[in-house]
Amino acid sequence: MQNSRLFALIRKEFIQILRDPRTLALVLVIPIMQLLLLGYAATNDVRNVPMAVFDQDRSPASRELLDAYRAADYFSIAYDVTTEADLQRLIEDGKAGLGLIIPPGFGAAIHGSEPAAVLFIIDGSDPSVAATGLSAAQLIGQNFGVKVQTQRLARSGIPLNGALPLQVHTQIWYNPDLHDSYFMVPGIIGMILYAITSILTANAVVRERERGTIEQLIITPIRPWELVVGKIAPYTILALLNTVEVLVMGSLLFGVPIRGSLFLILALSGVFLLTSLGIGLLASTVANTQQEAMLTVWMTMLPALFLSGFFFPLQAMPKPLQIISYLFPLRYYLNIIRTLMLKGTSILAVWPDVLAMTVFGIALMALASVRFRKRLD
Amino acid sequence: MADAVIRTEALTKMFGEFTAVDRVSFEVHTGEVVGYLGPNGSGKTTTIRMLLGLLRPSSGTARVLGRDVAVETEAIRAQVGYMSQKFALYDDLSVWENIEFYATVYGEHDKQHLAQTLERLGLSGLRSERAGALPVGWRQRLALAIAIVHRPRLLILDEPTSGVDPIARRTFWDLIYELADEGMTAFVTTHYMDEAEYCQRVGIMREGKLLAMDSPTRLKQTALKGKAWDVAAKDVLGALAALETMAGVSRAGLAGDHLRVIAETSVDGPALVARLDGAGVVGGRAEAVEPGLEDVFLALVG
Repeated sequence: MQNSRLFALIRKEFIQILRDPRTLALVLVIPIMQLLLLGYAATNDVRNVPMAVFDQDRSPASRELLDAYRAADYFSIAYDVTTEADLQRLIEDGKAGLGLIIPPGFGAAIHGSEPAAVLFIIDGSDPSVAATGLSAAQLIGQNFGVKVQTQRLARSGIPLNGALPLQVHTQIWYNPDLHDSYFMVPGIIGMILYAITSILTANAVVRERERGTIEQLIITPIRPWELVVGKIAPYTILALLNTVEVLVMGSLLFGVPIRGSLFLILALSGVFLLTSLGIGLLASTVANTQQEAMLTVWMTMLPALFLSGFFFPLQAMPKPLQIISYLFPLRYYLNIIRTLMLKGTSILAVWPDVLAMTVFGIALMALASVRFRKRLD
Repeated sequence: MADAVIRTEALTKMFGEFTAVDRVSFEVHTGEVVGYLGPNGSGKTTTIRMLLGLLRPSSGTARVLGRDVAVETEAIRAQVGYMSQKFALYDDLSVWENIEFYATVYGEHDKQHLAQTLERLGLSGLRSERAGALPVGWRQRLALAIAIVHRPRLLILDEPTSGVDPIARRTFWDLIYELADEGMTAFVTTHYMDEAEYCQRVGIMREGKLLAMDSPTRLKQTALKGKAWDVAAKDVLGALAALETMAGVSRAGLAGDHLRVIAETSVDGPALVARLDGAGVVGGRAEAVEPGLEDVFLALVG
């Protein structure tokens, strides 16, 4: 055996992981739970928002407009009310997310010379639902208007050839149906890699300190680098297995594509692990108990999740927060893995992120190794 | 002396303003079993940590096996076995996995030697038991097995018997003497007075200072100014009040149902009884006894 000391350390660590139900649960169950929770529940997709309609016109034209709304699956016309007060109450009670008021004379106006108007009332308490509802309501309404205008022109004998002066064509690349899971699954991989490796590494070191075994290890001929590698190698292997697990589950359950090279994804995940392992080791040098280690890691994890673009797009953040986000390696990794998975581009497309992440990884590991000396004071 | 296994000179460790070990100088020679007696917080563990290179001395020097602990730390560690009071075992590993792990780390690959070590400590039947499930006496033996598995020349034991029953303690000391017979040197800290009596030489620590270091017998001769007496009386507290103030008595204290009195040689048994009679304490009896290390400790500290 070339390095039996290192091998013995890694083997010991694996035995401990396999025999500790809590660690095992953390490693096996949490990734799947997070994937299911965030994949299914934490979705921003807006579908079937219940709508209340107060149709004061009840003309063929108003029915046609309602059909247009019904056809898009953003809304479901759940309530047909006869007073404005009823409509207001449904929105107040949260039973309807939107209300549509069609004034009397809508049909007459639409065929006359006066512009017809309808009123949309949107519950803005959930901004993401409201924003989607607003744009869908406007878009469908405009389309309806264009259709009426076309019919009117055709009737008055002006040939239109179906063409408007300006037509905007849109193509959505990489995620044409705008599935949130395409955005979330790569993010979950980043989060799991970060959480598992930093928490478990910190705990594994602190546990040795609590039990007094670290003192016993230090006075053996083990070299400091062997101690560091022996601690992080098992968790690196586990985290990479978790990555594959989440990739496969994301593909099976949510159809998230892996368009880039799997090898490249795993290799760059390995580089990212240097940063989270470094943070875990650093946390272990300042924490005396497993609880302290857990809290220390959490303190780095929460800002990392919010400022890395995991939940919220970075572009929408105030400038100072955007600048702070450069301090979190997770930011680089999320961009890398989202780009590689969804766009399938080469490493060249993300090289600045790869470079920044590598620098962070090496710096954190170097710092952790320096602090991880074979001495107690 | 050339064969000093441990030699410290004015070894000192400060933690900020607090002096944990204060200019301690002593020597331990090959094959000796030396005890280091003192209450908790007297600097015993800090001394050991400096000998192992776990803490850097603030001043003074320590040489172990002829090497400076601050310089040749790794070379020293390879030849020293260490057992801490926490019994540094991996609870979720079996007895065999524990000893195998430490042996491999020390480069000891001879499985037969491991098996013999377990055999010698009576652990053969427990090979596949989880260390965490063992009673404390067996955990102590496993910790000792781990400390000696790489055949060290010096064994440093930090309160190895805390929490262990008296019979297991006695067996443990027999093992240490067996090892010493084979040429291993042992340096053992303890806060048990009776245990310190087993040692060939004992150092007495208090508040970071090494007050004395010698064989128990010589300590009793030199540190105690006078003789030890057990004094019994019906009214023990009355007797205590009478003897505490008696000329020539250096110390009187309660010891169970009687008093332990240290008095100058000029004060004899009849004199002690006469003092009790004079103070109106009836039924007094005085008996000359062998002093213990506790008497030495109290004399040195007082």
